[in-house]
Amino acid sequence: MRRRRIALWLGGALLLAAAGFGIAAWRPALAPGGPAPAETAPEQVRKGAILASLGYCASCHTAEGGRPYAGGRAIGTPFGTLYATNITPDPETGIGRYSLAAFTRAMREGVDREGRHLYPAFPYTHYAGLTDPDVAALYAFAMTREPVRQETKANALPFPLSWRPLLAGWKLLFVGEARMPADPRRDAAWHRGAYLAEALSHCGACHSPRNLLGAEVRTKAFSGGEADGWWAPPLDRTSPAPLPWSEADLARYLAEWDPLHGGAAGPMRPVVDAHRTVPAGEIRALAAYVATLYGPGPAGSRTGPVDRAIPGDDPALARGAATYAGACAVCHESGGGAAGGVPYTTSSLGHRTALRAPDPRNLILVLRDGIAPREHAPGPIMPAYGAALTPARMTDLAAYLRARFSPDGPWPRLEETVRDLMRDRSRPGPRAEASP
Amino acid sequence: MPTLTVNGRTQTVSAGPETPLLYVLREELGLNGAKFGCGLGQCGACTVEVEGQAILSCVTPVGVLEGRPVTTVEGLGSPENPGPLQAAFIAENAAQCGYCIAGMVMRAHALLRSVPHPSEAEIRHALRFNLCRCGTHMRILAAVRRAAGPEPATTGATP
Repeated sequence: MRRRRIALWLGGALLLAAAGFGIAAWRPALAPGGPAPAETAPEQVRKGAILASLGYCASCHTAEGGRPYAGGRAIGTPFGTLYATNITPDPETGIGRYSLAAFTRAMREGVDREGRHLYPAFPYTHYAGLTDPDVAALYAFAMTREPVRQETKANALPFPLSWRPLLAGWKLLFVGEARMPADPRRDAAWHRGAYLAEALSHCGACHSPRNLLGAEVRTKAFSGGEADGWWAPPLDRTSPAPLPWSEADLARYLAEWDPLHGGAAGPMRPVVDAHRTVPAGEIRALAAYVATLYGPGPAGSRTGPVDRAIPGDDPALARGAATYAGACAVCHESGGGAAGGVPYTTSSLGHRTALRAPDPRNLILVLRDGIAPREHAPGPIMPAYGAALTPARMTDLAAYLRARFSPDGPWPRLEETVRDLMRDRSRPGPRAEASP
Repeated sequence: MPTLTVNGRTQTVSAGPETPLLYVLREELGLNGAKFGCGLGQCGACTVEVEGQAILSCVTPVGVLEGRPVTTVEGLGSPENPGPLQAAFIAENAAQCGYCIAGMVMRAHALLRSVPHPSEAEIRHALRFNLCRCGTHMRILAAVRRAAGPEPATTGATP
């Protein structure tokens, strides 16, 4: 008797919980609509174009070689592969039926027009902090793109992650007030930079660690994370950068490249490329804010670049040294771009944060894939060495570079990392850029 | 002293393991097909083939090539008896000054080894980092298409 009563109670409680969850998870479809003429006024579209560049929309929503904003780019996550959606105004396959209200809900709450929850690879946790006028300008920009009819591929996620209502629970756990630092001692540019970095440019989406459920750990914001299999370095006091990042260094780096620290590679490359169409004041604002994340007085706390003599009696390091001399030195020992050497090189690889990283992924990936030249614009180029070097020779070279340019000791699991990354060449390479 | 296998011949070379392959090919082995363009791995004039892949010989030290056969443009045929890809370049008059051509041929050779009937997009993608300052790109593309021949009907649809 008693057992039966407990079972009833339990069953009832479960039903109630399920119903409650259902109510919490449910979002209504919003009526189809499109922009009113005033909502896509030319000045709105122009403003939206700059904001879209600073939100790096194209770097996810454009496939390599694909039409701008038509989606289809595979986004690898620890849970499975997601495909970026078509955000051109095609009514059938894009967002052509989105009213401003539907667009706003998608951006801030991660719910599409039909009421389905969106996966947080779309950084709505950051976009929640966007102002109404900025969302409206982004809407104006999106709705005036060339419509492209292109179905979005189905995500490759295992059950139950493929069941979208589950995301309502994720949001209950992890979506809170948007981070929006304010400091009366700082100027307007710093506050503008804070708004961009925290909301629109969503820097933390890559540069902050994520927990087991894929949510950014807010208490450890900017202490380093992951992007497309690359290490996204910390932007706070834990940064292993050998040289301090001043505001001016960051502004140069974000606009093109910095003679002291070098230029961007991997998933950061399209971010820097997107800044080409952004007013310099916005880049300076981002730099002003990010420079303060490193903490006060970083100059004294950095070890500075190292360039150590390598003993010649270790055969692996000797092989690495020979490879460096024949493959790398012609550019990387040229004195540096700022001193008249090969453009876009630093005076020493000892300046590069990648060689001070806790693991060798970034070095191996840039050696394997190189840095593809930008189209129709000058920029850094590095040849890919994935075909020229076997995994064994790549390992020797990486070990040599680490021994020479870092005081931190050999990388753990270097050989395995090289083997894994050299096998897995299907990983997406440098992202295609799309001009607005 | 490194051992090198080039166009089927294995030999010991006197250069140190750090010496770029291009210098060994041209100065020690007398194979002048591969050209020195930029010396920085940015132009493709020095392209040769290793294990089915195109590599840039000006930034590839010979020490990493032990036991890995290298093919240069001389390995594909001779002036009297050009190979099919070389014959296609001749038939399409793909060379103007000719400086980039050995690299273009070797890049295309590596492509055709892995993709015998490439699509136009695949050809352009493969050759995109090989520069030609005369601007004969259209004839180079035509030569690669000619060498590849028509796509077999069974694989007519390219992705």
